[in-house]
Amino acid sequence: MAAKALLQVEGVQTYYGNIRALNGVNVSVNEGEIVALIGANGAGKSTLMMTIFGSPRARAGKITFSGTDITEMPTHEIARMRIAQSPEGRRIFPRMTVMENLQMGASLDNMRHFDEDAEKVFTLFPRLKERIAQRGGTLSGGEQQMLSIGRALMARPKLLLLDEPSLGLAPLIVKQIFDAIRELNKTDGLTVFLVEQNAFGALKLANRGYVMVNGNVTLSGSGAELLANPDVRAAYLEGGRH
Amino acid sequence: MEYFVQQLVNGLTLGSIYGLIAIGYTMVYGIIGMINFAHGDIFMIGSFVALIVFLVLTAVFYSLPVVLFLLIMMIVAMLTTSLYNWTIEKVAYRPLRGSFRLAPLITAIGMSIVLSNFVQVTQGPRNKPIPPMISKVYDIFGISISQKQIVIVVVTVALLAIFWYLVNKTALGRAQRACEQDRKMAALLGIDVDRTISITFIMGASLAAVAGTLYLMYYGVVVFSDGFVPGVKAFTAAVLGGIGSIPGAVLGGLMIGFIESMWSAYFSIDYKDVAAFSILAIVLIFLPSGILGRPEVEKV
Repeated sequence: MAAKALLQVEGVQTYYGNIRALNGVNVSVNEGEIVALIGANGAGKSTLMMTIFGSPRARAGKITFSGTDITEMPTHEIARMRIAQSPEGRRIFPRMTVMENLQMGASLDNMRHFDEDAEKVFTLFPRLKERIAQRGGTLSGGEQQMLSIGRALMARPKLLLLDEPSLGLAPLIVKQIFDAIRELNKTDGLTVFLVEQNAFGALKLANRGYVMVNGNVTLSGSGAELLANPDVRAAYLEGGRH
Repeated sequence: MEYFVQQLVNGLTLGSIYGLIAIGYTMVYGIIGMINFAHGDIFMIGSFVALIVFLVLTAVFYSLPVVLFLLIMMIVAMLTTSLYNWTIEKVAYRPLRGSFRLAPLITAIGMSIVLSNFVQVTQGPRNKPIPPMISKVYDIFGISISQKQIVIVVVTVALLAIFWYLVNKTALGRAQRACEQDRKMAALLGIDVDRTISITFIMGASLAAVAGTLYLMYYGVVVFSDGFVPGVKAFTAAVLGGIGSIPGAVLGGLMIGFIESMWSAYFSIDYKDVAAFSILAIVLIFLPSGILGRPEVEKV
């Protein structure tokens, strides 16, 4: 398994000032997989997503992407390895149009397949096409979420990191996004690593999953295994009753 | 009426120069949130380089057409000031990025002093005059418009058009705007933020160099301390127009130019600076983020 891992996170520790947010995390994502990371608020999920990009930088441990050590690489060079992220808070450029936001996403690909890829994104999220000339900051939360995912896809990533893609979206659109992820995974072989609070949806979608508690990965297994695990059910699926 | 239009023409000329300098302040502020107080001295250095090039050219190729003279002066000045501003950013500002907000500001004031003293020591403290390069004056319905003024306005308009295209229509401009809005996200999309900031300093310096060349041509004299007052005026223009806004910088520059020329014409030339700064104070009371500036709203 370790040999064909696309992304390998080994013993990573991350600090905010003197506060340790990640406590020696081990996670791996293989090529062609969908992997979900679930956990409560403040467990360190988003921190892990950003640490992969070196922002904040891991203070200990090692992160490799298709065999290259990226632990100390500058953030933009990590992105150029073809890792894209739809980050926490969506981070749409507020004073750029939807079109320009997508163009920013495509800058990793030097805009080579812009029209083709934009068409794909618009098929996935027709709403964005209607809003094409509108400024990012004026979109609704759900539209911003779609744009954030669309922008990440424009980079033609080998690995797509999604930080809570279902946040703030209507259930129907969540289903649509999860379907879209499954579809991209199946047809284009896109590897996806996603963080979710919506543990049920995420674990159903994912091949494998990790559970994170207070900066540690406490459990891992296939999506189905974790869904069946009584601890996981109690903590994340049935309203936190122990 | 003719007198008034005459002052408009004078104000437009002056305002063009302020506007070109103001863009450098506003762009740097937009992208890294600091006021580059050394920018006025970059303008002065642009003026000095243009002077040196002029002296060399007149000594060696005195028969060149004036247009070519100006063009060579501008290009050499642009290259030199770009190198200066690029180095300053790299050596003095970049290491302080992410430290407390006053640190780069104080450093910028320091750099301003370093630059003007450096020029004072190497070039001498006296005024450096040049013979008039262009002296033709047209008389249009009783308003005298000099060729110099036409050159200044035409060059400014052409430069602003190129600049507008760069910022709004190219990948480079998009990257600059992205860094201005969310540096961290820009990096996540593969944008080299440090490089983009360097390019911003180079662009600001180039515009300041052109302004410096035009200033030298217009007034026919430059001195080491010339970075200060025009620098402060251009900074005022940027704040008046709304710091961070490029159209605002141009608008602010023109306004300061008009206020100065009108005040000197109708009231007293001694108090023209007082007038400019008073208008600034009044505008800021009613529009705290300037005329075209965005109000600072914390995003939730």
